[in-house]
Amino acid sequence: MNPAAAKTLANRSDWNIIASWVQPGERVLDLGCGDGSLLKLLIEERGARGYGVEIDAQGVLASIRNGINVVQTDIDHGLAEFKDNAFEHVVLSRTLQTVRHTENTLREMLRVGREAVVSVPNFGYWKNRQAVLNGRMPVSEDLPYQWYDTPNVRFFTLADFEALCEQMGIVVRTREVLDDSGKPVLEEHNFLGSLGVYRIAKG
Amino acid sequence: MTTTNITGDTSGVGLVEAKRAHFDTPLTLRSGEVMPAYDLVYETYGTLNADGTNAILVCHALSGHHHIAGHYADEPKNIGWWDNIVGPGRPLDTNRYFIVGVNNLGGCHGSTGPASINPATGKPWGADFPMVTVIDWVHSQARLADLLGIQCWAAVIGGSLGGMQALRWSVTYPERVRSTIVIAAAPYLTAQNIAFNDVARQAILTDPEFYGGNYYEHGARPVRGLRLARMLGHITYLSDDQMGEKFGRGLRNGNLSFGFDVDFQIESYLHYQGDKFAGHFDANTYLLMTRALDYFDPAREENGDLTAVMKRAKSDFLIVSFTTDWRFSPERSREIVSSLLAAEKNVSYAEIDLAFGHDSFLLDDPYYHSIIDAHLKKVQA
Repeated sequence: MNPAAAKTLANRSDWNIIASWVQPGERVLDLGCGDGSLLKLLIEERGARGYGVEIDAQGVLASIRNGINVVQTDIDHGLAEFKDNAFEHVVLSRTLQTVRHTENTLREMLRVGREAVVSVPNFGYWKNRQAVLNGRMPVSEDLPYQWYDTPNVRFFTLADFEALCEQMGIVVRTREVLDDSGKPVLEEHNFLGSLGVYRIAKG
Repeated sequence: MTTTNITGDTSGVGLVEAKRAHFDTPLTLRSGEVMPAYDLVYETYGTLNADGTNAILVCHALSGHHHIAGHYADEPKNIGWWDNIVGPGRPLDTNRYFIVGVNNLGGCHGSTGPASINPATGKPWGADFPMVTVIDWVHSQARLADLLGIQCWAAVIGGSLGGMQALRWSVTYPERVRSTIVIAAAPYLTAQNIAFNDVARQAILTDPEFYGGNYYEHGARPVRGLRLARMLGHITYLSDDQMGEKFGRGLRNGNLSFGFDVDFQIESYLHYQGDKFAGHFDANTYLLMTRALDYFDPAREENGDLTAVMKRAKSDFLIVSFTTDWRFSPERSREIVSSLLAAEKNVSYAEIDLAFGHDSFLLDDPYYHSIIDAHLKKVQA
């Protein structure tokens, strides 16, 4: 792996895990792809191909500059441009909490992809609970925004997310949980985990 | 070949001159009619490299032509219609690319068109000029590429009807396009689009000065009809917001005349645009161009399956739309994007927030130009 890619991976602790789930030649759709770095990594390091989806104009420009195929669209309006089962993986990295139509987004992801890869910050992480107990909204590595400027519109814990999956008949195939320094959490994940990374599929 | 017209003026390509190419291999048109011979006028900016791999074709829209950039020695104020995007350091970078603009067959800016003399009769073609369609233009442009020594375009780019030609290029000559840039276009016209075109055509066709298309020999021009057609078209090129902002209910002379002369500023503007256009454009060309728009529908070849058509393409794609464009709205561009995604092509799509409706594609907007520039930088010259 080249040094730049290794550095990028270190910065985004969930990307390592996501990359490990992608096999060469697989088609990936990266929702909320930002500047396209994750997709670029998956293409260059994992031999994947695919598209990014981004709503922000500067992200679209940066993705094109990064050599990524990017489609400017609002995930909250669905993924009508994409046909059923077009991708092996549909990735949503640290974005589900910014989406208003949570259920529809998950449904759309599992319509266009055989599997969805979702990483979500855990509002139930003990440091976040402590912040609330102390009377303040949490600001952390995985929830880096102040309450007044956050793009997040949905606030949920890993347990909440898993309950929603169950309610929707979605199966969690794999779950990896990390603390705020990116180290794996092996027990009490809803308390000790800062970020959850899931592979989910239709049940 | 070198056809450099660059004067070293860093603000653009500077002095340019139009060239003319004659083709005497008959061209069979989609209608079945045959053009035995024809001329195309064109302009080039920048230098074609030794391998002929750095050329970009710019296709023009309804009222466009070959004069894309720069100005003529004897007409310093006649600046090309897309000058802001062509030149050293601009997205269509003449330091890097060889840019080609061509006036389409049937046009009225020098290429063979209805006002040209029909060698068979010695009179202007007029109503006898064959119907030309987008694919016919693409075939004729391919012959120009042959003549210039361009085997494969680095990119074919166009807005509106020009974007449709670019799209058509990508599937008609897949081996000859490496990147296709389609701006403010649509995969086909809707009933509403055709309806607007029909009203425009009816304005021309019912003008007493039209003489069934043979007005040249009567020393006449259907100026009134053409003027109305352009006024109608112009309304559809602008956004409601922009019109409201620019003109609102503003009065030209400050008070109402209680008559039917120009009261509102928007009327004054439309009349000016109509007069300006009708003064120089050929009505038969306007008819042909709008019909070419109506007929454009590449999916027809695959029973309406655009994806099946786009599967033939081998180029990369950039599709661009503008949020305020209601003539060819972003949804229409998304139809193209969907089919390219389903065909698993390399495609990027940008939906740009600009206030100027359909005409936004001609704006000198830094973000819009960055998108084109970023996409073109990926294309190997």
